[in-house]
This record gives sequence, C-alpha cells and structure tokens, in this order.
Amino acid sequence: MSDEPRVVGTLASQLQAFHKIIPHNRALGLEILTTTDGRAHVRLPYRPEFVGDPHTGVLHGGVITSLLDATFGLSAFMALPRPVSIATLDLRIDYLRPATPGATVHARGECYRLTRSVAFVRGIAYHDDEDSPIASGAATFMLANRPRRDARATGEVQP
Amino acid sequence: MSASLEQLREARARGDVRAMIAAIPYARFLGLDLELADDELRGVLRYSDALIGDPTLPALHGGTIGALLENTALLQIAWDIDLVALPKTISFTIAYLRSGKPRDVYARATITRQGRRVANVQVEAWQEERARPIATAAGQFLIQSAPRR
Repeated sequence: MSDEPRVVGTLASQLQAFHKIIPHNRALGLEILTTTDGRAHVRLPYRPEFVGDPHTGVLHGGVITSLLDATFGLSAFMALPRPVSIATLDLRIDYLRPATPGATVHARGECYRLTRSVAFVRGIAYHDDEDSPIASGAATFMLANRPRRDARATGEVQP
Repeated sequence: MSASLEQLREARARGDVRAMIAAIPYARFLGLDLELADDELRGVLRYSDALIGDPTLPALHGGTIGALLENTALLQIAWDIDLVALPKTISFTIAYLRSGKPRDVYARATITRQGRRVANVQVEAWQEERARPIATAAGQFLIQSAPRR
C-alpha cells in the first residue's frame, strides 16, 4: 500500500456517499460498520421482502449477491491510493449453508491484491459467527484510468 | 413438500409463468418478472431508479443483474424439471461484460447438463440486442427431481 495520505472521511460521511452514489445500496438498507485500507465490513438487516422461499423464509441468493458485490466494491475502493471509478469484472459466490430466516447478514471483504488496472477481492457473508459463513465469494474489479468526476470536485473518497 | 414448491409445480402444470414468479417476495421487491417468448422462458428485470449502482454513468448495480441471472437459472430448472424440492444454488459465477443501462434487462438460461443431483446452467443477460450481452453467468444447482414413471 502507498504511504500517500488519503482522505477517507468519517464513517458517517462514507456511509452517506455509499448511499448517495449507490441508490441500490440505500434500497437494500446496507450499513457500513468499518472500513480500513482494503477492507470493509457491511451489515444487511433482514427484511421480509428479501425472501426467496416464502415457506421457509430463507433469503433469495440475489440479496447475498448484491451485499457481496457492494462489500467487495467498497473493499477495492478502500485499497485505492486515489479515488477512481471501479467496475465489477467477475463475481463468484459459493453458497455454503442456508441463511437463517430473520437474521441480519454481515459481509466482510478484503482486497488482497491491487495492480494498476485490477483489484482482487475475497470475502464472506455470515450471521454471528465468522467461522461458520453462509457464503464465500471472490471478485475482480477494473479500475478506471481517471479520477472520478465527483471525487475530483470534492477531493474526498466516495465509495 | 413446501407450500412454495407446491405453488411452483401447480403454476408449471398450468404453464403460468407469472404465477411462478409471483410466489417470490424478493422478485417483487426487485422488479423481477418472467415471460414466455417464442416458447422460451425469459427473465426480465423491470427498470426502476432503486436499481442504480452508479448514477454518474448511470449504470445498474451489479448485484441486481446477478439476481436476475440467478433467478432466471432457478426458474428455468423449475420449468424444465419435475422437482420434489426447490433447487439449491451451490455456486454461481457472473462475468460482467458491459455496464447495464437504466432500462429493462432480459435473461435466458440454458441447462447445459442435468445429472441426478446437479444441474449445470448457463445464463446470459442483455438489453438492446441479444447478441450483445451485458453479463453472463454459470451456476451449479443441487436438485431433487421426481422419479420417472
């Protein structure tokens, strides 16, 4: 990681940007809990409209996909030396066990390799116990060549 | 047998694709739909502003396109195979090829192999032109099919 100072703002301002820039994250009610260099911890409170099978109350896989895509994207963003737009190239999710109906889902992502063009991220989704994840995933993101327009304007990192 | 599976099987027996998707709360939340076009099952993601992942372009959130792809794959399995349990996703891999524009997205799934316990499915999503997909996916699903008579 570079030693350049980075302006990342407070968690509250990050969350505001995360929701403002990404309307679907707001629609899902995603909450950022922590971010550090190349890492993110995001929470998704349970809602009945996320259910895939109404008989069991188990979440639809698409909800986990959105949660992990958002968490992995934020992890990649937090690894960048300066803010540029990123686009998901590829996302793989392994469903390890069914989600528990009614329970909040947490996701953690870690950007474990950053090149000039590509960020490599991996992570998990879980309820209470990180050692017993409900899904694991990996993603690659393409980095834009130029800084984000909105980031240039404010000089702030906007996930 | 779950009520949802029963509902799905009845809808399948009637050939009622809308009823198949109406049973899924998340499909209503996201705006997922299903239609029959030229005898093919086609998943649709109806556009709304809540699906945006990047307003500067603007582009759809990758997760919403992933949800369309996975949902279309699951329903294709339920449409093609007489199931005794809902399919379970083992693994799902999405390749994002182009950014999703703020408009409806379509998806078509193909079962590339149906074994006794696993179905392999490929899915592609497109907007203006089917020949220019915005995303493709490959998934493996655990299935329990009804015994053949």
